Amino acid sequence: MENGSCNETFNVFLALHRPLSIHSNRSTCLFLNMDGVILGADTRATEGPIVADKNCEKIHYMAPNIYCCGAGTAADTEAVTDMVSSQLKLHRYHTGRESRVVTSLTLLKSHLFSYQGHVSAALVLGGVDVTGPHLHTIYPHGSTDTLPYATMGSGSLAAMAMFESKYREGMSKDEGIKLVAEAILSGVFNDLGSGSNVDICVITKGNTEYLRNHLSPNPRTYPQKGYSFSKKTEVLLTKITPLREIVQVIEGGEAMEE
Amino acid sequence: MSIFEYNGSALVAMVGKNCFAIASDRRFGVQLQTIATDFQRIYKIHEKLFIGLSGLATDTQTLHQRLMFRHKLYELREDRDMKPETFASLVSAMLYEKRLVTSICSLTVFGPYLCQPVIAGLGDDDKPFICTMDSIGAKELAKDFVVSGTASESLYGACEAMYKPDMGPEELFETISQALLSSVDRDCLSGWGGHVYVVTPTEVTERILKGRMD
Repeated sequence: MENGSCNETFNVFLALHRPLSIHSNRSTCLFLNMDGVILGADTRATEGPIVADKNCEKIHYMAPNIYCCGAGTAADTEAVTDMVSSQLKLHRYHTGRESRVVTSLTLLKSHLFSYQGHVSAALVLGGVDVTGPHLHTIYPHGSTDTLPYATMGSGSLAAMAMFESKYREGMSKDEGIKLVAEAILSGVFNDLGSGSNVDICVITKGNTEYLRNHLSPNPRTYPQKGYSFSKKTEVLLTKITPLREIVQVIEGGEAMEE
Repeated sequence: MSIFEYNGSALVAMVGKNCFAIASDRRFGVQLQTIATDFQRIYKIHEKLFIGLSGLATDTQTLHQRLMFRHKLYELREDRDMKPETFASLVSAMLYEKRLVTSICSLTVFGPYLCQPVIAGLGDDDKPFICTMDSIGAKELAKDFVVSGTASESLYGACEAMYKPDMGPEELFETISQALLSSVDRDCLSGWGGHVYVVTPTEVTERILKGRMD
């Protein structure tokens, strides 16, 4: 009986809250070449069928040499990456060495596994460390893959189609950026959960380039000129509160006697 | 019906040139029955920082009390007001704390606060800041406007059409008021006039709007 009521309330919780959180149905994708990793993402965040944010950031900072694309529930991807990035920073202070990608991978997956999939973060983790470039995908239940190219989120099929047809080993940086951008664009245009702009992050040995809004293929098509109202709003009451001036305290003068 | 629609609400914030406006409706209802028509959903944190809380009224009030408590502690410790960005992170962290079912001393706490906040403030050198969040603290920063509540769908449409960048306080007031009033007319659960704050570096103007009463 006790157990029964416990399970029931738990289910109610899921039914209530999951659809209401913002999902970034992103076409996160990314991709690896010989001496670096390229991460890419679209910039649409949705709340059911509504576009909640037309230009959000889905490539999260983990360490100077490691970034992470997140799909799923926005609050979870944000919280889990922030949490792990602070653990990584403390670890760097402790060891005095650059963070490794596998370290972040283990921290992320053990957190996600301990929550049995209730923390809905689907991640693509990429970075370059002392052991070379790495690319991993992490599923909400805590399982992980290590791949030469990977995609996650609602646009993952569209993006993977581009990778499967065009990926070659040993591509140059520019070729890589072009392919990742193309993969994200195929998500942007063919998946309704993805949209707006393309963000790219290029990580090579000793260097990270974050290209925010690398492509903006969906500009506003109608003017943003506001509206002139023929009739003024009816106001019942107005209260104006002047704000106090900020007083500059000038130091100096004679000190008070003891 | 979702618990977020139990009381009904409409909230919107807009950025202007060195100023911002935040507005809400005034209805407090229980499903389709109206209980009060002078309800306060926008709260002042300090002179240049406001938070609007849409969603379940009981949770909005609890959350507001906890936020005031945390801001007062911050003031005592730091001897200054919180920056809007800092405050937004505080709200986000407090909401995410309740992301999952938690157990405290054999008491089960069920899920998040059932509200979606809108935060608006003037930061350093009077730069306007607005942001909104879902009930589990996923921040959404915007340069133009943010909306939340049961009328959010119609508010998105109205704001997208009526907003333009760099408006002065007077024009901003007119725009946010008309966007709010036209949106709540298409939402049964919110309305009964509006409550608008326009904040400039020198003054705060609070206005009560007349609206439809059906």
